[in-house]
Amino acid sequence: MSVFIDNSTRLIVQGITGRDGSFHAKQMMEYGTKVVAGVTPGKGGQKFESTVPIFNTVAEAVQETGANTTVIYVPPPFAADAMMEAADAGVKLIVCITEGVPVLDMTQVYPFVKEKGARLLGPNCPGLITPGQSKVGIIPGRICTPGNVGVVSRSGTLTYEVVYQLTRAGIGQSTCVGIGGDPINGTNFIDVLEAFEKDPQTKAVAMMGEIGGTDEQEAAQYVKKNMKKPVVGFIAGQTAPPGRRMGHAGAIISGSSGTAAEKLEAFRDAGMGVAQRPMDFVKLLQERM
Amino acid sequence: MNIHEYQAKDILRRYGVPIPPGEVATTPAQAEAIARRLGTAVMVKAQVHAGGRGKAGGVKFCPTPEVAREKATAILGMQIKGLTVEKVLVTEAADIGTEAYVGIIVDRATKKAVFMVSAAGGIDIEEVAATTPEKIHYHPVDPRYGLRSYEALQMGFFLYKDVKQARAAAKIMQQLYKAFVDAGCSLAEINPLVVTPKGEVIAVDAKMVIDDNELDRKPEVAALRDESSEDPSEVQARNANLTFIKLDGNVGCVVNGAGLAMATMDLVKYYGGEPANFLDIGGSSNPEKVVNALRIITADPSVKAILFNIFGGITRTDDVANGIVTATKQNPLKVPIVIRLTGTNEEIAVKILGDNGFKAMTDMDEAVRAAVQLATNGGAAK
Repeated sequence: MSVFIDNSTRLIVQGITGRDGSFHAKQMMEYGTKVVAGVTPGKGGQKFESTVPIFNTVAEAVQETGANTTVIYVPPPFAADAMMEAADAGVKLIVCITEGVPVLDMTQVYPFVKEKGARLLGPNCPGLITPGQSKVGIIPGRICTPGNVGVVSRSGTLTYEVVYQLTRAGIGQSTCVGIGGDPINGTNFIDVLEAFEKDPQTKAVAMMGEIGGTDEQEAAQYVKKNMKKPVVGFIAGQTAPPGRRMGHAGAIISGSSGTAAEKLEAFRDAGMGVAQRPMDFVKLLQERM
Repeated sequence: MNIHEYQAKDILRRYGVPIPPGEVATTPAQAEAIARRLGTAVMVKAQVHAGGRGKAGGVKFCPTPEVAREKATAILGMQIKGLTVEKVLVTEAADIGTEAYVGIIVDRATKKAVFMVSAAGGIDIEEVAATTPEKIHYHPVDPRYGLRSYEALQMGFFLYKDVKQARAAAKIMQQLYKAFVDAGCSLAEINPLVVTPKGEVIAVDAKMVIDDNELDRKPEVAALRDESSEDPSEVQARNANLTFIKLDGNVGCVVNGAGLAMATMDLVKYYGGEPANFLDIGGSSNPEKVVNALRIITADPSVKAILFNIFGGITRTDDVANGIVTATKQNPLKVPIVIRLTGTNEEIAVKILGDNGFKAMTDMDEAVRAAVQLATNGGAAK
């Protein structure tokens, strides 16, 4: 078992003929992901790497291949449309890697995707990987190994760092999920924690947050109320200086400023392990499993 | 991206928001001439990207053009939160009856643009939010329908009992919302929204922050950027597509990814050092980015050691290695460097670095400790 993706995942790559899309499509295929279709408008009928059929639209790709998941590598001005097109075509898991999507676009995409009953991961995220089964996105496959720790994170390279250290210490992962750092994203910590709690393979969770906002505090509340499995947390930006003030509205709406201290306090209050350094995850998880 | 008050007001005027007339001056003589042209008492207001301008002495009431000149002389060139005032807005001084607050922000929790309005506006609005939250009314906007008239009027009545004033405020809120969306803002606020003794509702101060991700598709908004009001090293970094924030320490950090960059800074502090900067070279790096990053970091005289921490995923570590070699050939380093890289094309990167006399580490913890030690010892030697 695992969460969100496994070896039954049938993947579309939107933007498969672009620079990033083609590079990562190959990497995913080498990892063993079932890449069943690519979408690039105007290139329908061609084949990627002489095996994967390319379609003009996501709807055609779904109809012809029975794809259930898509990963998006299109440039920022087209990303909102790509996500909505996928949701409209009935794709149930949409992973958007694209960085730089305007946040006002996301205020439209989010409710649309939700109404269609799809799950969106990202945008501006590294995607996810179930080691040994399927990788969707850009997380380097060789730093992961199958096991029992669920990993969820707001940042890309910090996730790699922690996963790399876990793997070196012999601690495998059930699924690693990068939710992305944008202000509006499709899947939050709580969604992933809930999935890990239900997943029989996952025995413990490593969670990497950042300063800003209140997602980590809410996640800690969720852990306290709903989770039996141990969770270890980390907050990046503990020493970041307070940014220059930008008007009053941010301070009014968040009440507090989303500092690291406040988030770590919420973790402790929820009985979570608190990693001071990325390397501390190894010991804290070993103690709890 | 921050824009100045006068720029935000220019935008809002185009949407019909009533705003007292005013112009920008860069010299005291210009300020005096503008005040003379307006023919009324004026406010001279520092145009910098920082809050608390009034409390810092950057906003002054001037009954005559001569006083405007005098106050502009004092304000131009003054420092507010580390930023030098290069421009002042000279604007008609409004008669203020009451002060309300109207703001919109993209809210993470509701995933919508949310209005916040309060009859208790003015400079202490955050205090109001903290101590008497019931005085603030929140209203999320459904992006499919925009801000409907009845919604705006509900908020108008939350601010004012008088129906004419409520309607005027509602109209301003709809104009503000339209400007917010069209300009691609992440924040827009009018504070204070003033009712004059004659009963008119006008915007006396305005602020807008533009979502950086909108700038590519809105060149007319991107053109509002005022580089003279930003830190020069941050401008240089942005033009090189790097995210850079100058800090006070002596360990210069070059990292890929914001989360890892922050975690690296945290670790520098954990081991007793002080980071000199936050620098994220981002994904899909090329050697040129690394050359620019090193140029910016080595230009800072307080940097005593340089730390690279690269975890290659989408970033190719051989690109980074090539960048380090190129940069140091152009400009030989005067301070020690610690390079940690792992991930995509690591073997090639290690070989490139080795061929050019650099040692590469693979462990983040070791690398940070080494860099802190070098920065500290180097500092003690001098």
